Amino acid sequence: MKDVAIIKSGVTLALIAAICTALVAVTYQLTETRIAANEQAWLERSLQPALSGLFFDSGVSDSKLIVQPPHELPGTEAAIIYRVYAQDAPVAALFVVSARDGYAGPIRILVGIDINGVVSGIHVLEHRETPGLGDRVESTKSDWVKQFSGRSLIDPKPVGWNIKGDGGQFDQLTGASVTPRAVIKAIRETLLYFDTYKEEIFAEASTGSVEEEEQE
Amino acid sequence: MTESGIIERFKTGLWRENPGLVQLLGLCPLLAVTSSFVNGLGLGIATLAVLVASNALVSATRRWIRPEIRIPIYVLIIASLVTCIELIFKAWFPALDRSLGIFIPLIVTNCAIVARAEVFASRNPVSSSMLDGLVMGAGFALLLMAIGIFRELVGQGTVLSNMHMLLGGEPMRGLVLTDGGWLLAILPPGAFFSLALAIAAKNMIDRRRRENRQSAMPDRARRASK
Repeated sequence: MKDVAIIKSGVTLALIAAICTALVAVTYQLTETRIAANEQAWLERSLQPALSGLFFDSGVSDSKLIVQPPHELPGTEAAIIYRVYAQDAPVAALFVVSARDGYAGPIRILVGIDINGVVSGIHVLEHRETPGLGDRVESTKSDWVKQFSGRSLIDPKPVGWNIKGDGGQFDQLTGASVTPRAVIKAIRETLLYFDTYKEEIFAEASTGSVEEEEQE
Repeated sequence: MTESGIIERFKTGLWRENPGLVQLLGLCPLLAVTSSFVNGLGLGIATLAVLVASNALVSATRRWIRPEIRIPIYVLIIASLVTCIELIFKAWFPALDRSLGIFIPLIVTNCAIVARAEVFASRNPVSSSMLDGLVMGAGFALLLMAIGIFRELVGQGTVLSNMHMLLGGEPMRGLVLTDGGWLLAILPPGAFFSLALAIAAKNMIDRRRRENRQSAMPDRARRASK
């Protein structure tokens, strides 16, 4: 009798599991295309701040380049580079990098740099900084990140890429200097990287993980 | 069920046995996402939907489920419903999904849901169980919204900001009363303080009512004896 009970229970469990799986599968089928479209739209939208004032005719998200660690870009995880072209001539590169030394974990930043090494726009994508203090690096909360647009390694020189409190040229945020310091450092490192590897970045074929030759 | 019965059930879910205020269930999401009204409303709706659907399924299958395997079955049902809700949020409210992040999948661990399955849905017919899910979910959602609106107002000085995450369209700043607020309210300690205030307010109202009733009682008794 005991065995019968166990078998009954097992069959019930299997049946319910099958029904639940079917439920999830159907929902997945129904939402799949919408979710993919949302992800794509979100990506395009989140790249927008770094594209302002640029003329280009290429699909930005198609020209993706993944740089696996170890690399000379900020952050310990893989960095992403999107390349922007106008009539097949390179216009700009968008970097998704991580500032390691944020107040609460890494800060994921989008750094847009045009072909002349001038910052086209900065956007903080992800962070866990303190609400009301460090989170003002977000473009929706304050205009702090706008001060970098149009600047380059010539204006100011690399030593000037620091907060004013550290002898640099950029404003800090009241009550938060760790976050701005981390963000500025990441931008500076990205600019230096772009300066060094400009040719290689645009020569690389799209997509996939490209282990950079210069790392060898 | 009679109309007054339904009203009684709503009173139970929203007030007398409010899952958050009285049973103190599901506090993790309650404390974590209520930094703004829209987040509270979003998670409230998601929890409500899961609760109604899980109560319905648990109740519908209650006759042929042996008691010894009921818990794994509740877990299965709740987990797959939450996955569905998560997919639906990703498809139709992507901004809200990003804002709530891990707390949508974490609805699985909201003990208010498994508690209703065990206490109510496994012993009652489908319609009654769905009503129970509705009132309990509504009680939870209203508490999330109340704490959300309070923390957002005090901590950020805004009312109903970022409603576009739920409604779609252009970003909405909401009603901006002051620039910045008392930061503590949107930090984690603010969540505990706000919940404590809400519970204290409920207890105070209950006590007032009880005292009113008691002071009214002798009057009535005297009148009856005359």
